[in-house]
Amino acid sequence: MAKLTMVEAINLALKQEMERDPAVVVLGEDVGKSGGVFRVTQGLFERFGDGRVVDTPLSESAIVGVSIGMAAYGFRPVAEIQFEGFVYGAMEQLISHASRIRTRSRGRYHCPLVVRMPYGGGIRAPEHHSESNEALLVHTPGLKVVAPSTPYEAKGLLVSAVRDPDPVIFMEPKRVYRAIKEEVPEEEYSIPLGQCRIATEGKDVTLIAWGAMLQPTLKAAALMGERGIGSEVIDLRTLSPLDDDTIIESVKKTKRAVIIHEAPRTCGLGAELIARINEKALLYLEAPVERVTGFDTVMPLPKLEQHYLPNAERVVEAIDRVLSF
Amino acid sequence: MINCSRIKKYGNKFKIILENARVTFISRWSRRAEKSSREKGAAMPKKTIQTFQVEWLQILDEHGNCDETLRPSLSDKEIQKLYEWMVLTRTLDEKAFKLQREGRLGTYASILGQEAAQVGSAFALQPSDWMFPSFREAGASILRGLPPRMILQYWSGDERGSQIPEGQNDFPITIPVGTQIPIAAGAAWAAKLRGDRIAVMTYLGDGATSKGDFHEGLNFAGVFSLPVVFLCQNNQWAISVPLSRQTRSKTLAQKAIAYGFDGIQVDGNDVFAVYKAAKEALEKARAGHGPTLIECLTYRIGDHTTADDASRYRKAEEVEAWRKKDPIDRLKKYMANKGLWNEAYHQQVATAAREKVEAAVKEEEAIPLPDPKDIFRYTFGELPEELKQQMENFLRGDGRPDL
Ligand SMILES: Cc1ncc(C[n+]2csc(CCOP(=O)(O)OP(=O)(O)O)c2C)c(N)n1
Ligand SMILES: [Mg+2]
Repeated sequence: MAKLTMVEAINLALKQEMERDPAVVVLGEDVGKSGGVFRVTQGLFERFGDGRVVDTPLSESAIVGVSIGMAAYGFRPVAEIQFEGFVYGAMEQLISHASRIRTRSRGRYHCPLVVRMPYGGGIRAPEHHSESNEALLVHTPGLKVVAPSTPYEAKGLLVSAVRDPDPVIFMEPKRVYRAIKEEVPEEEYSIPLGQCRIATEGKDVTLIAWGAMLQPTLKAAALMGERGIGSEVIDLRTLSPLDDDTIIESVKKTKRAVIIHEAPRTCGLGAELIARINEKALLYLEAPVERVTGFDTVMPLPKLEQHYLPNAERVVEAIDRVLSF
Repeated sequence: MINCSRIKKYGNKFKIILENARVTFISRWSRRAEKSSREKGAAMPKKTIQTFQVEWLQILDEHGNCDETLRPSLSDKEIQKLYEWMVLTRTLDEKAFKLQREGRLGTYASILGQEAAQVGSAFALQPSDWMFPSFREAGASILRGLPPRMILQYWSGDERGSQIPEGQNDFPITIPVGTQIPIAAGAAWAAKLRGDRIAVMTYLGDGATSKGDFHEGLNFAGVFSLPVVFLCQNNQWAISVPLSRQTRSKTLAQKAIAYGFDGIQVDGNDVFAVYKAAKEALEKARAGHGPTLIECLTYRIGDHTTADDASRYRKAEEVEAWRKKDPIDRLKKYMANKGLWNEAYHQQVATAAREKVEAAVKEEEAIPLPDPKDIFRYTFGELPEELKQQMENFLRGDGRPDL
């Protein structure tokens, strides 16, 4: 089996889905001839042509807007937003249309659309290129939101996203794009949306993370392991809809939890997870659930970003706090 | 450019008279007309109700030939200043590129080939005017007074590079494409409401003309007749996407027509043409005659940024053809003919530019890392208790904070 980066795994998934289903089209800024600024769509233009891999004018709003129209007509567009920090111009189309055309038309229309976007910090990118704005999208009823953590995961989840009958936001941790390689089958497989994954089993504390935060979380778990503490690391995979069952079952077992995200703290997804844990497992808890997050500030530029982004040490400190409560 | 405001005024009056006459005619004769149309069918020939034209302005061609009748009135000293600013801009640009390649600078957006568009336009600004850049305006920004050190600082990932010095009426770099356009219109509106006789200039690329912000901003500027100049550097590429994927229009300048004001296309590698168009548009704005769109036709000689490799998507011949239209080269030829340029003068200008840039690099690299408190400091005028607490916890964590 070939060892692939996340970029290559996503590329493979797109290629295979386009081969399987002629309704799948890829569109966005620079996705065609140049193969995308991260090379995620490399080779697709040559293989499928200008009709299915389309360099668009520079307009996030129209990229998403036309994709909704195409989706309603029977296509399965996979739109790319070049960086998550540029999705805001498309929010009206996402919130007012993509997420609710099924509801508004009482089921007459639906919107099988994927919007891919690289998100998150840690690659010393310029301003507005490192945000982690999943909570804005998770807060929108009618959108599914996915954030893969590894190459294998990315391929399987993207296949499900493309085949899903509803709009899926696919948030790609750009920090992971080339950071890890992993065996990824050439053969078709899919990972269902709405189910999280137990990345490592453990009995003492539950650690919940997704996307790029999985790596520091696993590192923290390994550090705790050296001290004889067993961490159960949950890779959320799908941020909306959430898989409560797996999370609650784990917390009931470990009785302690830490949630890790790079997005700002207030109204981050961690807050929702804590609410659910409190609703469904409060009496099992031995300590208040901790959050390791970005600050309630603007994402800093590269010279300060390492202070902002959660790292393994911060996760370890939080674990220590829930253990010693 | 022609000042059309008077023609427009009378044109409008005439239109109103016509309109009144039409209403009277219709009410008086409608019955009879109805009857006759029932019998014969009415004649309603199609007619042209609007035509438009877009001017092209070139004063100095690539061989250094100049149309002296069009040349803006500039003293010899001022012409040399234009040259010196362009040389400094290029020197800074080349240095920034090298620093990035040596790992001493983050991603950088080169302006190679666009020096005339930036220097010519910014040279026409008054200090009291306001300026809203996109992300590729190093040339315009240093001319406005930004220390070159701050350009390097910003692109090295230090936010203090965005802290525009007091008294310089410029916004920091705008990364999200086109979003500065309505903001510039807003500042222009405020100046108009205050009765300040200043103008606002905002820079944008060809790609930005595809954004809603561009159209919405220009529409506001037209509706409220705002003192703003939209300076589009049409360098014909938006990363890998060619101009033909941004518009089906023959020019970008003509987009202004739809919003009710003038657009002009100028040779963007001709510093005289850019300066003249900018100066006239700014004066028109300051005099209360509304906005202008200036399209500077130019070319992005370099990659989109240091993170890009343009050879993947465009032909070397195209780049070579545009290198021959170099903006600095043609001004040099003109100046040499006029006795304003010789090798000794050039050496002196080049050396001064190099020294300035080297000093900026030294200065920038000697600056200690930003205070981590800066992450929090500017979130609000006064930090809310909660955020103060986050900051204190962070500081107590000695860089490895928890919350
Ligand atoms: C809203 C938004 N979308 C995408 C990007 C990524 N991006 C940066 S520059 C650029 C192309 C801009 O082209 P143009 O407006 O012609 O300016 P130029 O780069 O040629 O100066 C793109 C797509 C961005 N910065 N902002
Ligand atoms: Mg451009």
